[in-house]
Amino acid sequence: MAIIDSPAIKERSTVSIVMFTVILALLPSLFLQIGFFGYQILGNLFIGIGFALFLEAICLRLRNYPIRPFVLDGSAFVAAWLLIVSVPANIPIWTLLIGIFFSIVVAKHAYGGIGSNPFNPAMIGYAVLLISFPKIMTNWPVSEGFEVNNFIQFFEFFSFLNTNEVYDAVVSATPLDQIKTLLFLGEEVNILPISFSTLAPYQMIALLYFLGGLFLVYKKVITWHLPLSLILSIYFFSSLLYFYDQSTYMSPMFHLLNGATFLAAFFIITDPVSSPTTLKGKVIFGILIGLITVIIRNYGGYPDGIAFAVIFMNICVPLIEKFTQPKVFGYE
Amino acid sequence: MELTDKIFKFFGGIKPNGHKSISTMNPIKRLPIPKKLIIPVRQHVGKVPNIKVSVGERVLKGQILAEPVANISAATHSSSSGTVIAIESNKIPHPSGLPDLCITIETDGKDEWIKNDKIDRSRLSSEALYEVMKFSGIVGLGGATFPTHIKLNSNKIKTLIVNAAECEPYITCDDMAMQEKTKEFIEGIQITMDILKIPHAIIGIEDNKPKAIEKLKISLSGSKNISIKVVPTIYPSGDEKRLIYLMLGLKISKEKRPVDFGIQVFNVATLISLGRFFYHSEPVISRIVTVTGALKRPNNYEALIGTPIQELIKDAGGSPNQDIIMGGPMMGFKLPHTDVSVTKAMNCLLAMTDDMKSKDTFEMPCIRCTKCVEVCPAQLQPQELYWHAKSKQFEKLTEDYKLFDCIECGCCSYVCPSNIPLVQYYRYAKSEIRDQLKSSEVADIARERNEFRLYRIEREKKERAERNAQRRAQTSDIDKKKLIEEKKAAIAEAMKRIEEKEK
Amino acid sequence: MIAAILIILSITAFIGLVLGYASIKLKTDGDPIIDRIDKILPQTQCGQCGYPGCKPYATAIANGEADINQCPPGGDDGVHKLADLLGVEYKPLNAEHGETKPKSIAIIDESTCIGCTLCIQACPVDAIIGAAKQMHTIVEKECTGCELCLPPCPVDCIEMVEIPETTDNWKWKYPIHPIKQQH
Repeated sequence: MAIIDSPAIKERSTVSIVMFTVILALLPSLFLQIGFFGYQILGNLFIGIGFALFLEAICLRLRNYPIRPFVLDGSAFVAAWLLIVSVPANIPIWTLLIGIFFSIVVAKHAYGGIGSNPFNPAMIGYAVLLISFPKIMTNWPVSEGFEVNNFIQFFEFFSFLNTNEVYDAVVSATPLDQIKTLLFLGEEVNILPISFSTLAPYQMIALLYFLGGLFLVYKKVITWHLPLSLILSIYFFSSLLYFYDQSTYMSPMFHLLNGATFLAAFFIITDPVSSPTTLKGKVIFGILIGLITVIIRNYGGYPDGIAFAVIFMNICVPLIEKFTQPKVFGYE
Repeated sequence: MELTDKIFKFFGGIKPNGHKSISTMNPIKRLPIPKKLIIPVRQHVGKVPNIKVSVGERVLKGQILAEPVANISAATHSSSSGTVIAIESNKIPHPSGLPDLCITIETDGKDEWIKNDKIDRSRLSSEALYEVMKFSGIVGLGGATFPTHIKLNSNKIKTLIVNAAECEPYITCDDMAMQEKTKEFIEGIQITMDILKIPHAIIGIEDNKPKAIEKLKISLSGSKNISIKVVPTIYPSGDEKRLIYLMLGLKISKEKRPVDFGIQVFNVATLISLGRFFYHSEPVISRIVTVTGALKRPNNYEALIGTPIQELIKDAGGSPNQDIIMGGPMMGFKLPHTDVSVTKAMNCLLAMTDDMKSKDTFEMPCIRCTKCVEVCPAQLQPQELYWHAKSKQFEKLTEDYKLFDCIECGCCSYVCPSNIPLVQYYRYAKSEIRDQLKSSEVADIARERNEFRLYRIEREKKERAERNAQRRAQTSDIDKKKLIEEKKAAIAEAMKRIEEKEK
Repeated sequence: MIAAILIILSITAFIGLVLGYASIKLKTDGDPIIDRIDKILPQTQCGQCGYPGCKPYATAIANGEADINQCPPGGDDGVHKLADLLGVEYKPLNAEHGETKPKSIAIIDESTCIGCTLCIQACPVDAIIGAAKQMHTIVEKECTGCELCLPPCPVDCIEMVEIPETTDNWKWKYPIHPIKQQH
């Protein structure tokens, strides 16, 4: 019998509290997303997260672990939420469920459950969907502006299951997609440099992710190292390319506000299990993800490279940790 | 070592609720002499001292019961006058619950002191002083119980640091000692500096003790070589190496000792005992114990060593079957039995409150959040230590991750959101590694002995063969015949004797 | 097509040469494998493995004559370490060679000892002090608990006593892991 009573006092902190704070930080962006694009995202969230928790319970059962403490710790909840906001809100529900399956069952439980997954579950799900269903994944809804109606219609949101009720969805590619297509066609890209007055809905949502992320740093859920290093890295490398050739490459602000940069910086790469534990390691991790993302966005085959950059760097985490171990007190 | 006024800040640490005011409302209490004193023979780090008394003998207060043996050892004294009624194995306050040898004394109520010669420091050389100090029974009374005379056996100490931090929540014995025994405390510091010729002393005290700081500042207003540095209240500023860093900005790892840098750190109670020993020739026979927690009347008690703790708990308004922690809530351990007695290491008896009794001892998986890294005062990687200890891979722990630099302060377990008992894993790993080292040393000796034995047998065989060969070579053929004839004659004579006997 | 084959062959040959050169030039002069195996064995010298001592057993393992799971005093831990060292698969201890017992030491009942020196000759680490017709006694510190002195004694005056757990040799236990027990 071990004597597990030292220390006898403990700070009140659990994994659930951490996850709950993350969800709080994600809410403002959700609010804006419903306002601009309708309540479909809520339906996705409901079904997606429900399915994720269901799958998690089955996996735990199969692995002979008690279900309650693990399902209630909120990690599958957050992973599913991040996947759902990374994909277009109007994807068919079956596509989303496939993505969630890969996130929860393959990326998380097949590798040993929470704490043992080497890859970021949300990013694995996204990568699988992007590679398997490229057409669906690149058709994003377009907004007509902020509609308060969308919130009133909330009470009818169950009706989205009824596909007869046509939701007037106008879809198009994200700005990143558009640029990629134009470049592929060899045409010049003439998009105005981004300023705050010309912010489109997606960019406003990205800003809210930024603010939510600052909230997380304030609450000490995450440290500033990862977000700052990713943001600065993307800014720096895209500036290099921008100053080299302004007609082909987009401005740094464009790169920051488009795509999932802020979402990734504060919510995705900061997944504690798949990112390095040492502070120096975190900075290196952020910088390299930024570099790879900029390369993929400009030279790779996919519009947004964050997912692949993250997965690639997840593989390198043990190596990074090995070389960035800090010195112990007294051994300088 | 340059002394600056600067106070440094160490990495990590936590700020738990202090709960100090509940036990500092009343002065230190002294209970009447208990009927029985159960004094463990060994109350220090090191070897068991030699018992010098026998059952039935009458002993006086302050009489030596056990003398230190060579190397790391300390003396044990009787806390009151009475008769030794037993020297046997008894329950002691230890996390294992295993018993140890104790001397039980039935007190006669007279509390008669033994006559000790006054120590004339001016006439004793430092070697002689060291010999005298060996028998003082003074050990580190902050809880470490390392024999103090060994720490004082050096003439290279330039700075004396007084550990008045008392960083652990609930414990207030040093605080009250500094408030009520200010003069004795300062005398203790001065005499220690005097004997060892230490030029400077710094008192490191946390800012949650305003009354004690006030009193000390007044008493030390004229002193040139004793200064006070007030540090912010962060746990664990009272750890020896953290305190040295706070005071002097010097980082010392596990591989070195403070004495190598000309520094020595002593606890408040230890210095008070040193003062009493050198001025009044009194050995350690009592200590101040904070009895606090879930009791009606938490208080500090000046208790005789060997007092059954139930007497203290009862006076403080507790019940006999409460769970009691010996020490503070961070580094203390739950006493497996509470019918034990006060020892030199017992600085606090903490009756467990409801929030201390862990309701959910679920150990969830580690999510690598690195909150533990942020608070570790030794700047270790607690999660790496945890994974290696948990999977029993002990090879990398000592060298690569510096497990033995861990001071087991508990900051990491305090913040872990997955409720992992990190300190328990480190203690287990340290035990196992020490045990493995010991086993391999024993195995090496056994291997040597075995090899020597095989060599010895070979050698004996060779020697015997040589001797035989020599003997055979020496005797020539003629001599051989002569030998044979002589032997035949001897046998014939023996046969004749036997025949005659039979007749 | 020919060009491709030639290129691959030449690369292979080059790498082969480099490896061959490295295996000769950079050969490590480390401990011979027997010493490394012997370092893992507990040095009880009891002979339960079937060999007269730990060094002969280490030699046998190195020559492939003996299996790694024949040493009960080394316990499961020892078999794991040998498996790791030699790169073979772990096997549970072979019960034919005995079972792992808690560490004990031998003690001679002095009132019964007749001073025959048979146990002194049997002890593999010379842990017994005595001489012919003089009292024999076992040096506690040196006794490995091999039990080889028990059979030769003609009056059966030696017995094995388990080493008791005291505050000196007490170890912290592995913290129990309630999460799976809960289920």
